Amino acid sequence: MSQLMLVLFGLLMLVGAVAALYLKDTVSAILAAGSVSLVASLVYLLLGAPDVAMTEAAIGSALTTVVFLFSWARIQHRPQPSKSSQSEETDSNPDDQEDHQL
Amino acid sequence: MMKRLIIILALAAIALGFFPLAMRISGDSGLTALATHYVEAGADELGAANLVTSVVVSYRGLDTLGEVMVLFTATTGVTALLVAGKSKSHKKEKDSEPDGDGRREGSELLATGAAFLFPILILFGIYIFLNGHLTPGGGFQGGVVLASAFLLLLFSDCRLELNHALLKGAEAISGAAYVAVGLLGLWLAGGFLDPRFLPAGEFGQLFSAGAIPIIYILIGIKVGSELTGIVDAMRRCS
Repeated sequence: MSQLMLVLFGLLMLVGAVAALYLKDTVSAILAAGSVSLVASLVYLLLGAPDVAMTEAAIGSALTTVVFLFSWARIQHRPQPSKSSQSEETDSNPDDQEDHQL
Repeated sequence: MMKRLIIILALAAIALGFFPLAMRISGDSGLTALATHYVEAGADELGAANLVTSVVVSYRGLDTLGEVMVLFTATTGVTALLVAGKSKSHKKEKDSEPDGDGRREGSELLATGAAFLFPILILFGIYIFLNGHLTPGGGFQGGVVLASAFLLLLFSDCRLELNHALLKGAEAISGAAYVAVGLLGLWLAGGFLDPRFLPAGEFGQLFSAGAIPIIYILIGIKVGSELTGIVDAMRRCS
């Protein structure tokens, strides 16, 4: 029974990982990657390591996902330089813009 | 297409290479000599009911110090990168867009849920690291739960400003106190981070296992404030 569940969870992790690679929507991909950690914490719990399971669930699936989501939101809505103060900032030069933001 | 085929072939080769390693793992192999010592003498020596904690905090305490250092360095890097530019762009953003087009308030549902869950999460986090020597979990896990409580608050209210001086102070003081406790172990007991300079107490009670609860409280506060700082630096609007 426990073996069966381990195999099932392993397959779920594989599905989540592949989904994270192939999903077109980035937010969905981030959530899929987080689900891998969530299932991994269940695997740790089954294997008798509750301490590791707690860490994996809290850091791997919660905090990392949120950090990814925050950074994705930052990339999406980065402050556009106003045209009056900064003269020649075009969207075609993302690296330059990045430098200015940092 | 060709590229994908090569990638799949490379993955298959890696899987084939690691296959013997996976086959050689057997669940019921005996403990090594060191592990046997930890299992047999750990409870008597340190008085912690959770053996994992006595390994993490005391036997391998130096590794934990290294982990705390890694986290500290990562937090410093993230904060330096993100907050340094923030003060400059912050003002500009405020001038140009008073109410902001990308700025969204948390929904009513999220705000109510966060207000309800925040004290419970804080309590649960404190419980986890306070009982680290008795039940699974410890400073790291409890600290992350504390950070996730603050994370919920930050999600629900965009304009919430955390007290950065307090966060930094809590982090600095708990980090320094952690090293100080380690040095106390060096002077009063067997070695660096040896928790036995305090009485072992009654096995399985809250106040037992020497200085292990103190160490885990300090780690919990440190991890909690550091991760809260990272999340606060990462969020977009503020």
